[in-house]
Amino acid sequence: MVAFTLNGEAQTVDADPEMPLLWAIRDTIGLTGTKFGCGLAQCGACTVHVDGIAMRSCQTMLGDVEGATITTIEGLSGEVGETLQAVWAELDVPQCGYCQSGQIMSAAALLTETPKPTDEDIDAAMSGNLCRCATYHRIRAAIHEAADRLEA
Amino acid sequence: MLQYLLKQGPVQPTRRQFLLGTAAAAGLAVGYRLIAANPASAQSAAEGTQANPFQAYVEITPENGIVIHSSQFEMGQGSYFGIATLVMEELDGDWEQVDVIGASGNTGLYGNLAWGGIAQGTGGSTSMASSWERYRKAGAAARAMLVAAAAKNWNVPAEEITVAAGVVSHGSGKQATFGELAADAAEMPVPEDVPLKPRDEWTQIGSEDLKRYDSVGKTNGTQDYTIDLKMDGLVTAVMIHPPKFGATVRSIDASSAKALDGVIDVVETPRGVAVVGTNMWTAMKGRDAVTVEWDESDAEQRGSAEILAEYNKISDGTAAATARNDGDAEAALADADKIVEGHYEFPYLAHASLEPLNAVALIGEDGEIDVWGGHQMPDLYQAVAADVGGTTPDKVRLHVMKTGGSFGRRAVSDADLIVEAVATAKALGPGKPVKVQWTRENDMRGGRYRPAYVHAVKAGLDKDGKVIALHDHIVGQSIMAGTPFAAAIQDGVDPTSVEGASNLPYAIPNLKIDLTTTDVKIPILWWRSVGSTHTAYVIETLIDELAAAANRDPVEFRLSMLGDHPRHAAVLKLAAEKADWGTPLAEGRFRGVALHESFSTYVAEVVEITYNGGSDFTVDRVVCAVDCGTAINPDQIRAQMEGGIGFGLGAILQEELTLTGGVVDQENYDTYTPLRIDQMPPSIEVHIVPSEEPPTGVGEPGVPPIGPAVGNALRAATGRTIRDLPLIKALSA
Repeated sequence: MVAFTLNGEAQTVDADPEMPLLWAIRDTIGLTGTKFGCGLAQCGACTVHVDGIAMRSCQTMLGDVEGATITTIEGLSGEVGETLQAVWAELDVPQCGYCQSGQIMSAAALLTETPKPTDEDIDAAMSGNLCRCATYHRIRAAIHEAADRLEA
Repeated sequence: MLQYLLKQGPVQPTRRQFLLGTAAAAGLAVGYRLIAANPASAQSAAEGTQANPFQAYVEITPENGIVIHSSQFEMGQGSYFGIATLVMEELDGDWEQVDVIGASGNTGLYGNLAWGGIAQGTGGSTSMASSWERYRKAGAAARAMLVAAAAKNWNVPAEEITVAAGVVSHGSGKQATFGELAADAAEMPVPEDVPLKPRDEWTQIGSEDLKRYDSVGKTNGTQDYTIDLKMDGLVTAVMIHPPKFGATVRSIDASSAKALDGVIDVVETPRGVAVVGTNMWTAMKGRDAVTVEWDESDAEQRGSAEILAEYNKISDGTAAATARNDGDAEAALADADKIVEGHYEFPYLAHASLEPLNAVALIGEDGEIDVWGGHQMPDLYQAVAADVGGTTPDKVRLHVMKTGGSFGRRAVSDADLIVEAVATAKALGPGKPVKVQWTRENDMRGGRYRPAYVHAVKAGLDKDGKVIALHDHIVGQSIMAGTPFAAAIQDGVDPTSVEGASNLPYAIPNLKIDLTTTDVKIPILWWRSVGSTHTAYVIETLIDELAAAANRDPVEFRLSMLGDHPRHAAVLKLAAEKADWGTPLAEGRFRGVALHESFSTYVAEVVEITYNGGSDFTVDRVVCAVDCGTAINPDQIRAQMEGGIGFGLGAILQEELTLTGGVVDQENYDTYTPLRIDQMPPSIEVHIVPSEEPPTGVGEPGVPPIGPAVGNALRAATGRTIRDLPLIKALSA
């Protein structure tokens, strides 16, 4: 039995501690906004926040999150997250949308750490998140726009 | 892709006894199940008259929602939004009401009109062309019937009724929502020839203010894909596929796997072994415990290097077929003043969509089959599901899911995922739904790649610097051979192998496009922009090299050969102008241009690169001009050009799928490397040519020009055309 806080609520999962957190979140708990893309921490579709840090849940073992505070896209809240989500929709960033939960989770971690990122900061923070539709042009624009709004 | 069906007529029946377009021919052989079926309405649609919109395309829910039933598949390209825009232009609903779902099961209603209506499917960037009249007429007819119902109920003349934002009103103060009128409206006579709004009254089509109705769900995790489906008793299956293409199962040892907690069954399917678990993790653990012995006697054993070496040899020999032959290229080349020649090599490419392929199947106690998935070719999948499940197509219900990409991969003639899911569901028994979920490794190694090609080219200039001859011998596998589309192959030419070269727009008096189709067991498929993925690179880098040999400006040189092609010329001029073509650049910075038409959409792209020597360069700026006829959703046209540029750039820079001894070398995104954000050009501008022509598509045509535009900039920087792709590998060699 592994206990942690998920999206602000206490959660216990009775499963193999070697199960990746991704599958615990998706299959055991049933929150499917966090996506499976590669299973190898190469695409970032499974990005969640573990104690405020953007982590690839496909390479984070369930047994390693005992006592942690975990946020998924469904639980993303606060000014940074909500601003990002609003701007993402306003700029019509998503195409297929499959990677965008992970993109937004990585962007939220970036803006929390670096409120006014440069293009280089964005490239460094977001290069672990693949988008096969290549919506990168708008991802950059959306992060800059969100940063501007949060500063105002 | 499938527009060839239109030119060639219906395809021939195959061993599976399915015929794309059977439903229309046989008069509703395939049942219509999504909403209250009205066979008469569907039949009339098949005969070319207006279908009752409420029984085919526009469902008004009791909650006053507008649910549009889309013939076209949504994989990210915005087809649902485009179709909704067409309906809403005429219907005058409120976007807050709108949702779109995928329809299937009735070729008469949903056949792709860009293919003559003979099959339902999405491909060849045809969704807007197919939907342009159909969905505007559906919206207009629905509106007229809502007005007629209100006129009858209120006993007022229809001419006095107005419709705005989903509310039907009369000057007397009477008002009703669509939902309140829908039941009566559906019983009104379907207007025979409903007028459509003139262009100057449009408020939706062409609007810069309109945003996708479906973006919010993609920002908060609520958009469901096939991988996210939940249903009582759903189990998950992970596949073990043959390590070499063409191998078959000899024996399976599943004893250790079946002993594991959570492993439910291990099932042999026609395409490999399905390991069924209570969830993805238990299925994957079970998979690791299964031992399969394969019979590789009929398998492809060659590596990609051997295959390409063989193609190179073939390309120097006599071609098996000729796709286009103007004048006498051989004689003209013998007389040429200057010759440019060489061999181009293109690797296999993977679609590598972010959502690994999947499907969910359930066989009911009554033998009827439900299949959820990325049904890009529904008529075909319905037939295949029936065949595998041992029933008839009318007993199959397809649930069309939005998918995390496709780029062509979900439109596959052997219906791979459908076969696996239905075969597994059949083995598990009735009432047991199963999701077959590929891993990334399954997806990367599962076949269906952009074929590898070699082009042997030779072109000649006369002493005045005019191109007098061009010969291209293309060597590679046929996408259509052995599929229901094989009827499109005429005189040994698969049109998808030569498109983009055989329809060359430049005025070259002696032009020969040859093709030799090879026999290789690596499964291949259309990949976003299909033949143009390689032909555009060859033609546009060759033309650029000829311009250099003639000491001519690349833009002016192209324009001098485009006299009969004003739309090509216009996008080229626009891109050049917006990109400041001809102005000086900082040291180390170089420009390249390319022009290509695919699927009747014209695109020119100008790039600026910074070249630092060796394989070190960056793409700094891309200026794109596109003519896709009437612009339905301008911001989505820009989005598709931007995305197409990124998709094509990744491929041309660094994507390559290789095989050694018949086994695919790459398994995941660490070794197969689509573009990442740090390689996305910091500046991308898209300019749309104003047009009143009918709309064409934008899903694919942004892809082809980016490769040759970058290749041409690199030639400007290095003095050589890179002919062995991908570029970074060639520059590192």
